[in-house]
Amino acid sequence: MAREEKRKDVVIVGLGWTGAMLGIELADEGLEVLALERGPDRDTVPDFQYPDVADELKYGVRYGFMQKPKNSTVTMRHNTGETALPYRHLGSFLPGDGVGGAGVHWNGHNWRAMAEEFRLRSYVEEEFGADIIPDDMTIQDWGVTYDELEPHFDRFEYMAGISGQAGNINGEIIPGGNPFEAPRSRDYPMPPLAQTLDGRMFRDAADAMGLHPFPRPAANASEAYVNEYGMQLGPCNYCGFCERFGCLNYSKSSPQTCILDALKRRTNFSYRTHCEVLKVEKAADGKTATGVTYWDEKAGEEVFQPADLVILAAYQLHNVHLMLLSELGEPYNPQTGEGVTGKNYAYQMNGGTALFFEDVDFNPFVGAGSNGYCIDDYAINQIDFAAEGFIGGSYISAGQFNGQPIRSMRLPGDVPKWGAGWKEGIKKWYGHSMSIGSHGSNMAYRDCYLDLDPTYKDQHGRPLMRMTFDWKDNDIRMTQFMRRKIEPIAQSMNPTSWASGYKDAGAKYDLRPYQTTHNVGGTIMGDDPKTSVLNRYLQCWDVHNVFAMGAGAFPQNIQYNPTGVVGALAYWAAEAIRKDYLPNPRPLV
Amino acid sequence: MSTRDFRTTRRQFLTGGAAGAALSTVARPLAAQEPPVPLEQYRAEYFNAAEWAFIMAATARLIPADGDGPGALETRVPVFIDREMAGEFGQAATWYMEGPYQPDAAPLFGYQSPLTPAEVYRGGISAFNDWCERHHDAAFADLDADAQDEALSALDSGEVPLEPELRDFFDLLLQNTKEGYFADPKHGGNHEMASWVYIGFPGARASFLEWTDPSKDNVPYPLGPVSIAGERA
Ligand SMILES: Cc1cc2nc3c(=O)[nH]c(=O)nc-3n(C[C@H](O)[C@H](O)[C@H](O)COP(=O)(O)OP(=O)(O)OC[C@H]3O[C@@H](n4cnc5c(N)ncnc54)[C@H](O)[C@@H]3O)c2cc1C
Ligand code: SF4
Repeated sequence: MAREEKRKDVVIVGLGWTGAMLGIELADEGLEVLALERGPDRDTVPDFQYPDVADELKYGVRYGFMQKPKNSTVTMRHNTGETALPYRHLGSFLPGDGVGGAGVHWNGHNWRAMAEEFRLRSYVEEEFGADIIPDDMTIQDWGVTYDELEPHFDRFEYMAGISGQAGNINGEIIPGGNPFEAPRSRDYPMPPLAQTLDGRMFRDAADAMGLHPFPRPAANASEAYVNEYGMQLGPCNYCGFCERFGCLNYSKSSPQTCILDALKRRTNFSYRTHCEVLKVEKAADGKTATGVTYWDEKAGEEVFQPADLVILAAYQLHNVHLMLLSELGEPYNPQTGEGVTGKNYAYQMNGGTALFFEDVDFNPFVGAGSNGYCIDDYAINQIDFAAEGFIGGSYISAGQFNGQPIRSMRLPGDVPKWGAGWKEGIKKWYGHSMSIGSHGSNMAYRDCYLDLDPTYKDQHGRPLMRMTFDWKDNDIRMTQFMRRKIEPIAQSMNPTSWASGYKDAGAKYDLRPYQTTHNVGGTIMGDDPKTSVLNRYLQCWDVHNVFAMGAGAFPQNIQYNPTGVVGALAYWAAEAIRKDYLPNPRPLV
Repeated sequence: MSTRDFRTTRRQFLTGGAAGAALSTVARPLAAQEPPVPLEQYRAEYFNAAEWAFIMAATARLIPADGDGPGALETRVPVFIDREMAGEFGQAATWYMEGPYQPDAAPLFGYQSPLTPAEVYRGGISAFNDWCERHHDAAFADLDADAQDEALSALDSGEVPLEPELRDFFDLLLQNTKEGYFADPKHGGNHEMASWVYIGFPGARASFLEWTDPSKDNVPYPLGPVSIAGERA
């Protein structure tokens, strides 16, 4: 028998970026809000403080702040004919764990998606014709437009404190910014970050080729800043321990630096750590949820937490898993194409070229998570899909994040892996290289999806979630296109040598090397309950008092890092809940 | 009275950044540290005598002492590996270790062995020593340097037949050797931050804003490393 806790107005599952945002928005509505977080409590002091956090092995290599597969993981197979095997230790993606979630240890590349990306299927059909969409490509419109989201992008950027340079303010193109971005209503709250040499070299080379470089929009503060909740950021010091680490300097936008201290002062908000939600419980008629059941690790027992409103904010993977386990939405069936929960899992198609310069000293340890210059000349809205033979796009960038020697020892191909030659090579080449990367979209496909694994179980005896995913020709053609654009830029910089790494025809998904923690889809949003799990307000079509945040809502992946869009969608949903749902709880569409 | 002046000078001498300020109160020159147990007298926590002899010999070839820069033994890489094997990593304490296992699955699926890293070392060292006995008439540690390099190359390229459960042995050994060479000294290797001094990594300084200025382009960073414990080199 589960223990039963006192009823709350709202229960939030997970206290990362979106959990903290919904927490403060709904607490400000005067509701009794409880957040349940499966991991430990975390704050700048003591968890990210200098000097202990500057430990590459503990956090960068052994994933100190991330999810432990022992407690939670997935299985993976490349296609429906294979047997899925567990993701036994972390590699390809690194989900967060504990208060702050992956918002603690992200880089902070903070993007809006392009207007075209929110209505991708319509855009492709209108511009190029439906027949260029491959049969197995299941891309969809989002059911929400860029214009509707603009105020929420703006709010997220001003809440998180983003450093950047606008390229398009209300239709006016601003020199030095991204001329291809959708119009924004005003500039970023802070000027762009100072930039390291590698980024400036890339900028100059791109400029010389007639391209349009602009500083990367950064969730690393370029100056002192106070946000709408009264939270303060200090200027980033380029500590070189950003991605995978908590910020030692109150400079990286995170739930801790931007929301949590303000939220913890709201007496109608509380949170419990080491409480993993196992299931959303439904009422007998199946039309509403009654609350959630969670595992209280300290007490060693299951607890039922009744609530009127359930917000899933557990990161894309865990939101989908919870929905599958709780039978929210019909599970997707790749054979028939029917069902929705788990549909359209997608990832990110990236590549890059490393450049080695004998005579340039880059001081690689001088780095910030979001340092760098970018170009969007080969973005989704700049490519003729019919002529190029693929659907998608990438942004291309160069920027130095860290010079940590275990993870970031880039060596030319002729340096041996070990022995005297390796030792000579590390001295010669450490600090003498940079890279230009492409960060690209990944379309959705009929047989890339998430469901429950038939074999492997988690520590609570529940089936692990199974990921069926592989790279497809369309996206490989896209990344090869980027290679053909990047290599001439690299060559124009006259490096001593260079080497490219892009997926080639036939490439299969490899779980081992880190790629990105930009897992998307599975709880996709849309305007039709037959083809989406959530309506345009991130409300579960079937069970109206459940809303799911996060990148699970993306019907396919955008060409950018997801969090800017995740943040805008969270504010968009929060507004719909506050203004429309709470006065009259019902399906909003 | 004079303390204040002394600290100001020292702070300027360090970096002037937040990290420098914090360090000025804790930084200690290496000479003031207590020397650790010499490597020859170190008593391994995880490895038995034969395994320890292998770890000493193999890491000394993966990162040899000859030429510029420190080798694996000078930086106490074997101590690091021993501590890792006795700890969380070696025991796969945070990994998903439930069956069924398919150790011969395509490498794309990542680690699929039922063994912990510490067990992979144990089995791998034993199988590799047997192979060395058959091909070179002695255990690995007793071979000369050239024969050791030849044997390690065979292990690296997959010519030494290993059970699928052990197939990650060489990759683990090489990865852990590099980790021990470059990780903060608190983990047992990188003794005296010698690898950081060698390549020019300033360790845990973690404050470099002024080095983004174009006037610093191509100017090698002048300060030596600091460790988490506050040692300087
Ligand atoms: C190394 C790294 C670098 C990244 N860099 C970037 C970047 O540069 N730009 C970008 O846009 N994005 C980046 N990301 C992604 C970014 O961190 C995420 O998009 C963002 O944090 C998602 O917010 P969220 O609220 O959905 O999830 P999170 O912030 O991860 O929060 C989810 C929380 O839910 C908790 N939880 C999960 N399951 C349960 C359960 N069953 N019960 C209770 N609690 C649960 C988790 O422990 C976690 O605390 C990066 C991620 C990583 C790991
Ligand atoms: S690089 Fe800047 S934002 Fe990132 S952790 Fe360091 S100080 Fe913080």
